[in-house]
Amino acid sequence: MRQRTEPLKSLKDIPREENLLPGTPACAGCGGLLTLRHCLKALGDKVVLVNAAGCFTLLAIYPLTPFKSSWLYTAMACAPAGAQGVRDALDILMEKGRLDPEEDLKVVVLTGDGSAYDMGLSSTSGAIYRNLDFYYICYDNEAYGNTGFQKSGATPLGSKTATTPPGRRQPAGSNLPKKDLFEIWRSHNPAYLATISPAYPVDLINKFRRAEEHFGPKLFISLAPCPPGWGLEPSMSVEVARLAVETGVWALKEAVYGEVAHTFVPKKFKPVEEYLACQERFAHLFRPERQEDVLREIQEKVDEYWKEQEDRIG
Amino acid sequence: MNREMLTGNKAAAWGVRLSEIDYVPAYPITPQTEIIETLAGWISEGLMETRFVTMDSEHSMITAAGAASAAGARAFCATSSQGLLYGFEMLYTVAGWRVPLVMINVSRGLSSPITLEPDHNDILAARDSGFLQIHCETCQEVLDSVIMAYRLAEDERVLLPVMVNMDGFYLSFTREPVTIPDLNAVREFLPPYRPEHAFFKASTPMAQGVAVLGGAGYSYFKYQMHLASQKALEVYREVSEEFESILGRRYGPVEGYMLEDADYVLVMAGSFSTLGKKAVKEARGKGIKAGLLRLRLFRPFPGEEVRRALEGKRGAVVVDQNISVGMGGIIHSEVAGALCNMRDGPHLLSFIGGLGGKNISPREFEFIFDQMVGAREGEMADAQLLYTEREWEEISNLKKIAGKGAKP
Repeated sequence: MRQRTEPLKSLKDIPREENLLPGTPACAGCGGLLTLRHCLKALGDKVVLVNAAGCFTLLAIYPLTPFKSSWLYTAMACAPAGAQGVRDALDILMEKGRLDPEEDLKVVVLTGDGSAYDMGLSSTSGAIYRNLDFYYICYDNEAYGNTGFQKSGATPLGSKTATTPPGRRQPAGSNLPKKDLFEIWRSHNPAYLATISPAYPVDLINKFRRAEEHFGPKLFISLAPCPPGWGLEPSMSVEVARLAVETGVWALKEAVYGEVAHTFVPKKFKPVEEYLACQERFAHLFRPERQEDVLREIQEKVDEYWKEQEDRIG
Repeated sequence: MNREMLTGNKAAAWGVRLSEIDYVPAYPITPQTEIIETLAGWISEGLMETRFVTMDSEHSMITAAGAASAAGARAFCATSSQGLLYGFEMLYTVAGWRVPLVMINVSRGLSSPITLEPDHNDILAARDSGFLQIHCETCQEVLDSVIMAYRLAEDERVLLPVMVNMDGFYLSFTREPVTIPDLNAVREFLPPYRPEHAFFKASTPMAQGVAVLGGAGYSYFKYQMHLASQKALEVYREVSEEFESILGRRYGPVEGYMLEDADYVLVMAGSFSTLGKKAVKEARGKGIKAGLLRLRLFRPFPGEEVRRALEGKRGAVVVDQNISVGMGGIIHSEVAGALCNMRDGPHLLSFIGGLGGKNISPREFEFIFDQMVGAREGEMADAQLLYTEREWEEISNLKKIAGKGAKP
């Protein structure tokens, strides 16, 4: 086990250092970018980000990047394999005395949900299986955001996307539920796995601090509000991310070697409709008429999840 | 120095071992697998100071190898056929990173129909990727080419990955006498990899593989790769001279066989060139002034060497062990491109042979020479498939069993 860093108590304790600097081409109010900013406060600047094709590929455009750290863009399916190559190379070079251990870097995969939930699942599974010592940050905006918000394996039931337009024959929009990536990853028994939210930065940073103690895969999925895709005012991103947690849609949790613990449970859950009604991507569930069956199913899924957790804890 | 009977795959593994590589990400596929199995065994025994990792696909394998190379380690990986195509996206990506990765492709025909034996559609599909390509005829050449490939790739004037190609079965599983060079001699030829341009370290942040916006930036970086590849031809000549002076064997970008006084020339690549050389001898016995030109370096394309070799010849035939469906032979069109605008070039014909490992028999070579000698000037000829009557009977029988073909 590595050294544990003291946990933060409140927002005031959040490190002042910025390792993601202003001036990016990301959309205003990007929830993923806010997540990344907090993650990099936790990780520091001795980092190499290994990126998969997605919105954040456009953060590094020749000859500029907004990072204090290093960067390698790979392709859509294989960022974890790129992380494997970089991690192994750094280890070999240190072993052979060709790299000063002071020069070592944390290797961090950075992908969207299209890569994490769909195309990159095989290479992610491989890297976790091999117990690669790396971090993995998935900014999950629940669709292929960079190409104009098409459905991905992360798209939830009832969401309108560019490839699930609500229509007469498919009024719900997306009629498939979101894949449970947390459980897919957890079945590999990684050292550390957590969900995070840009609306809960203290929880987020403390999770990185707990993760740091462990050798092996340290995996994070952040729900990342996407103003253009979700149909939000950019100023609403944090509010909507918070509502996702307060309604129970996005459970904040972690799993250390597979043992699940929730890190924040609302005392009283708000109705899911509050989260849905403020996003244009769910507007068709309310207008011109309410799609009661879909709304009920979404609420029931959330209730079911929390009921299971209650039963599990006893 | 040690002389042993080695398969092409074992010879390849020796080339990799003598190059003292740091890293091998691996994924199995026939007929390449013996290479990674051999390396895995040596690494497990502590005979190589190399890290070996089994990957989840060729796509991941090429990514990991390229990323390690970008971080400053000397890396190697190997594949064949479907595996090369599965990782295809990453060939272009890794070449664009300008990392000196060395890969071996063991050629095998592409699905479908799925098959095991070789032709060159796999390796030639990768011709535009930025990887340099060396095509081998013998097991010795495989071993030597791997060592030369690292020297070539790591030269600061080049910094492009290299693919060394051998034919599945005909080389990969065929034992030939191979001289295994002394490690010290290899060290004299191949200095350690200490890149100035490829690293990840805390004190010096570095962004690699970044996006460009707009065609002007993209064109600039792509054309840089083209210039570096062309430069590699000049560097290759130096490297091959030095290889000869230290290790005693010479490999030019092309090889001429009985070429000097020849009137009629076969143009071939890979292990089937050995069949072609035999046919040249036979043709000479019948009074035809035959010769053979073997393309060893395929990228960069040695156009100057090809022109020099074929200047003043009466006829030439490219025997393509590949087929560009809807067009014909790939190497034929490249050779034709090299010869166009040349005043004194040969009459050029095109044959497709050896697809999926199909043999090219002496009778088929006789047919080729007959066609070459009998060709009339100005006559254009489409690619012809080499196929014997007996092979036609065999496939007809199979079709009968399958319930297809002519009704009784």
